[in-house]
Amino acid sequence: MKSIEELKAIRDKTLKEMSIRDNEDKMRIVVGMATCGIAAGAKPVMSAFIDELNKRNITNVNVSMTGCIGICRLEPVAEVIDANGEKTTYVKLNPEKARRIVAEHIVNQRVVTEYTVGAAEK
Amino acid sequence: MVYRSHVLVCNGTGCTASKSPEIMAKLEQALVEKGLDKEVKIVKTGCFGLCQKGPIMVIYPEGATYCHVSVDDVEEIVNEHLVKGRIVKRLLLGDKEAEDVAKSLENVPFFSRQFRVALRNCGVINPEAIDEYIARDGYAALAKVLTEMTPQQVIDEIKKSGLRGRGGAGFPTGMKWQFAANQVNDQKYVCCNADEGDPGAFMDRSVLEGDPHTVLEAMAIAGYAIGANQGYIYVRAEYPIAVQRLKIAIQQAREYGLLGKNIFGTDFSFDIDIRLGAGAFVCGEETALMTSIEGKRGEPRTRPPFPAVKGLWEKPTILNNVETYANIPVIILKGADWFNKIGTEKSKGTKVFAVGGKINNTGLVEIPMGTTLREVIYDIGGGIPNGKKFKAAQTGGPSGGCIPASHIDVPIDYDNLIELGSMMGSGGMIIMDEDNCMVDIAKFFLEFTVDESCGKCPPCRIGTKRMYEILDRITSGKGEEGDIEKLETLANNIKQSALCGLGQTAPNPVLSTLRYFRDEYEAHVKEHRCPAGVCKALLRYMIMPDKCKGCSLCSKKCPVGAISGEIKKPFVIDQNKCIKCGVCMDTCKFAAIEKK
Repeated sequence: MKSIEELKAIRDKTLKEMSIRDNEDKMRIVVGMATCGIAAGAKPVMSAFIDELNKRNITNVNVSMTGCIGICRLEPVAEVIDANGEKTTYVKLNPEKARRIVAEHIVNQRVVTEYTVGAAEK
Repeated sequence: MVYRSHVLVCNGTGCTASKSPEIMAKLEQALVEKGLDKEVKIVKTGCFGLCQKGPIMVIYPEGATYCHVSVDDVEEIVNEHLVKGRIVKRLLLGDKEAEDVAKSLENVPFFSRQFRVALRNCGVINPEAIDEYIARDGYAALAKVLTEMTPQQVIDEIKKSGLRGRGGAGFPTGMKWQFAANQVNDQKYVCCNADEGDPGAFMDRSVLEGDPHTVLEAMAIAGYAIGANQGYIYVRAEYPIAVQRLKIAIQQAREYGLLGKNIFGTDFSFDIDIRLGAGAFVCGEETALMTSIEGKRGEPRTRPPFPAVKGLWEKPTILNNVETYANIPVIILKGADWFNKIGTEKSKGTKVFAVGGKINNTGLVEIPMGTTLREVIYDIGGGIPNGKKFKAAQTGGPSGGCIPASHIDVPIDYDNLIELGSMMGSGGMIIMDEDNCMVDIAKFFLEFTVDESCGKCPPCRIGTKRMYEILDRITSGKGEEGDIEKLETLANNIKQSALCGLGQTAPNPVLSTLRYFRDEYEAHVKEHRCPAGVCKALLRYMIMPDKCKGCSLCSKKCPVGAISGEIKKPFVIDQNKCIKCGVCMDTCKFAAIEKK
């Protein structure tokens, strides 16, 4: 170790990996991963969320799984829960949609209305 | 590599003993089987502190804390939690019905009432991964002192923080460093006392196991402050996990150039070696410890000269305890003014206690100085098991004393404990309830010091032995009038004449129990009675005639035929034949047998 910059570089890199263990109030993306979700392709959706967040260096969002929400016909389903507990339910997802949700909802705070359960049920 | 989930498994000594390595192996295997090994990361951590509930496993991002995990639970955890995202509620710590488990660790009173400085990384990082320590601002304090501060500024900061030695005596750390820094010598040493020897104490072990790098970093800072280039960690060989993790940590720090020559490109060079002790209690005494590092028999010598003047190999040396070191990087980074706001007027910061004995949550707790014993026992410790009454807490191990129930609301700090006739000690805290005999406790600790006395000075070698003999006599019902006074005289003489701290403090358990529980001693000596019902020789099992139905069950079970009587009339125990095994009491269906 010859400089403080080197130390900082290691710090920042590892901190990003460890941010998952931080339990402060932060945004959560919860992906339905019951049999119905997995069969409909929830796994690549989840990976896309994680990958996209990582690419954009976003560490204050947790991606976690949940069981069946009960709307199996609309799977893969994911809910975005902001720090205040406000929920947005997205349905019939695929990896591309997941990436767009990160870009629009997480980064720009704009709900992607056309993917929401409300839009699908119209 | 980004993982969607981290599974933290405690690998402290407690959880290792209850099979956490097997749990990790099974988990690894199950993850591979399910194809999750690229998504879920297993992290080995140090002690979480809640040893009572181990093995502990925490799964992020949910933060679900599972306790008493067994190898057989692994499959369910993987299938339910990691595959389907359903939390296994039956294994949760605390409120099993809680809807929101995201903060379960912080929500448990055991954790929420604590304040973690020395233990900040224990159970949070993987102790065998230097990168995780660095991510938690590790080695940033070393970088700061080397590039922004002069050695004197470092010492001044430590002085200002008010940090006092956590090994027991509570000597101001900054002053110790100043003495060593003032010495002009081409060679100085920094030593770490990891020879934790109090019965029931495991604070230092947990820091070394959970966060070894913090000790290395602090020692390097100390080296810079006093002008030393070599450090030694004296750790007992009985701590294999701690030794192993220290070795790994030193190796990693050397590879990163955080130990060795020209650290951070400066002129400062520092390296650390480990010295293993064979587990002699006296080697925790500073002069004995250094003699032992030198390869000689671990015996203390007279002071002065103090180690800061003439220590290891006659060179100026500072010796600090593991927990003291664990505070140093935080003080440097957050500043002395942050640190000295925690705690009481003369005792700053926090203290780690290993709480054991008659308490529900056995484990490791870190509390701000000034917290009361009541908070530790009832709020954090979860109270006394089986609805028993709290009698006293023993602190300071064989060198300390006890705090009786009447002082349960006294704020815990160095000076208050001394005033109560006990001491902070290294942080062992043994909780006792009404079933503990205080004479027996004093005898237990004295037996320990008799065993561990190195034998160099007569007061300790002979004096403690004589004291033990008197206590043994008292507890076996052969106590004589005047024994208590003899104990007191001996105790005071030993205190004043013994060579080192071991001997000088050895009588403390006796003196402090005499101070608060003299009536128990007197009951033993004068009435040949043990009020707590512990000392076997003084016990009498009696059948209460009004409750005895004369069923004869006890007389049938008595192994020595000491019970006789007529059916349907009260039976009687022949005290001359009775061996006090207690079988009769266990068999009686009418609770007609009492032990007094």
